[in-house]
Amino acid sequence: MPNPKNPPALLEVQNLSVEFMPDKNTHLKAVQDVSFSLHEGELLGLVGESGCGKTTMMLSLLRLLPEAGRITAGEILYRNQDLLDLEERQMSDYRWKEIAIIFQGAMNALNPVRTVHDQIAEAITCHEEKTPKEKLDARVSDLLEMVGISASRGTQYPFQFSGGMRQRVMIAMALACSPSIVIADEPTTALDVMIQAQILELLQELSQRLGLSVILVTHDLGVVAEICDHVLVMYAGVTAEYGDVDTIYNHPVHPYTQDLIKAFPNLTNPLDSLISIPGYPPRLDALPAGCRFEPRCPKAFERCRIEQPPVYELKARHQASCFLVEGQK
Amino acid sequence: MSWAGIVMLLIALILAVFAPQIAPYDPYADIKVNIMDIYAPPSAQHLLGTDDAGRDVLSNFIYGARVSLIVGFFAAFISVIIGGLIGISAGFFGGKVELILMRFTDIMLVIPALPLAVVLVALTSPSLGNIIFVIGILGWTTTARLVRSQTLSVKERKFVLRAKAIGSGNAHIIRRHIFPLVLPLMVANSVLVISLAILEESTLSFLGLGDPTMISWGQMLNFAFTRGGVSSGAWWALVMPGLGIVWVVLGLTFLGHGLEQIFNPRLEAHHLSVGKNMVTRAKEGAGNAQP
Repeated sequence: MPNPKNPPALLEVQNLSVEFMPDKNTHLKAVQDVSFSLHEGELLGLVGESGCGKTTMMLSLLRLLPEAGRITAGEILYRNQDLLDLEERQMSDYRWKEIAIIFQGAMNALNPVRTVHDQIAEAITCHEEKTPKEKLDARVSDLLEMVGISASRGTQYPFQFSGGMRQRVMIAMALACSPSIVIADEPTTALDVMIQAQILELLQELSQRLGLSVILVTHDLGVVAEICDHVLVMYAGVTAEYGDVDTIYNHPVHPYTQDLIKAFPNLTNPLDSLISIPGYPPRLDALPAGCRFEPRCPKAFERCRIEQPPVYELKARHQASCFLVEGQK
Repeated sequence: MSWAGIVMLLIALILAVFAPQIAPYDPYADIKVNIMDIYAPPSAQHLLGTDDAGRDVLSNFIYGARVSLIVGFFAAFISVIIGGLIGISAGFFGGKVELILMRFTDIMLVIPALPLAVVLVALTSPSLGNIIFVIGILGWTTTARLVRSQTLSVKERKFVLRAKAIGSGNAHIIRRHIFPLVLPLMVANSVLVISLAILEESTLSFLGLGDPTMISWGQMLNFAFTRGGVSSGAWWALVMPGLGIVWVVLGLTFLGHGLEQIFNPRLEAHHLSVGKNMVTRAKEGAGNAQP
């Protein structure tokens, strides 16, 4: 979908590669050559199987990888500033103020011995040290009300909140410094369906109201179809396919995306039988020589076993890494 | 059990604080002695008899509580601060810092503390301040190990990653997120460190390395032992200071274990309660019995 106005992207990730080096001779390629972009007010869905590098990539956007993690290539351009060029101290200014993250299993991301109010305030004072107390209290109360929690409960401790409420507290905390981008890393895992719907609606509403860009990491293709503008499908650390929602759901070109869509119930034609993709994603220490999806791919041919397909740019913001699309435009 | 410890400690504290009011004699006053006053058995005048210098054992005992408690508390304070700093730094920063700090701790741990304390006190002058200092800088090793392990486990919790994502620096994370979760452990541990410090002070004094101008329980034992208390059958001069040491150390141990149980919920407590008051619905039959 070519964009007529072509505004500059808020976040432009180019050829990002992340490796884990648990010791000197081991290089585990957790993320390889992934590119995507995010415009203001856009929702990007990031889907893929467990362990395919979604969280690793999101953490690397904030440069918060575990000790063994290394960003080995690529660029992360935020408003044309490459975050990988920054000093650690400068990077701290970008964290939360520009890009906030709601962690996977966010309910554990609250310190059990400090009040909820205190912890949200911490996020604000971390960037605006001299905020007067009344202003700070008012801001925290606003944030809590914004996510539907009575401000009077701010004086309580996390254990007095239910899982869904803690999740909402984390959303409130993510919005504390009015960031431009919120990364929601599986914000609804471990919550029941009703609360899931509430949380996602809240995210969507906030994104529309505050002009927030959201990266939603999830397993739920239905949610992505409903609220996201673009989708990035990852497989074993590489881009399988990246495009707008319509293209991905209605005209997927990568066999993995095609199978993934077929594995999801179709409400308009519920009698279609669901398929499952046989096998498992490869282990990072035993990646296939060719295409990473080749061992499970129904359309694999000789070349797939030998060579790893590059990411083909089919049109603006539509990419796929499969030899089948070579030469297509 | 922790209540028993608190009561025992309170009694010792009251003795120490109000020593001038409670003690029947002033042990630091000059007194005229005759031969009958030396190791005199308990009598109405001296409830617990007298020692080798004709001084009242009960008064000595009461004043002795002061030195034992002062040394115990201050030395433990130094130990817990050193141990806490080393433990948190090693656990939080990891890598080379941890390697160096923990190997240093190991070395300190394997050096027998008592002979080293004897040497250090002998090299410096045996004043109260020096004794506190020497005991303090030798007693931090177990605290450091304990604090490090707790820091390691707290460091991996998700809210620490969240604090980093917020953009907090290391100092902030340690102060606001690590320390509050390590503190209870340090408090519980410090109580046990105090009891060890008191024992060590008594040992040093017993060996004749105490402050000669101050009366402590270890000092009383030393005098009774070296100045013929045993051979003259003056049991009162030996039993009282020994009893005092056991009393305070036992009290602290009780309190320490009690605190440990409170602060470490895995040992006993559980936040879900069990009790017969939980079911409050009316008993069946009781309501229906009335027509």
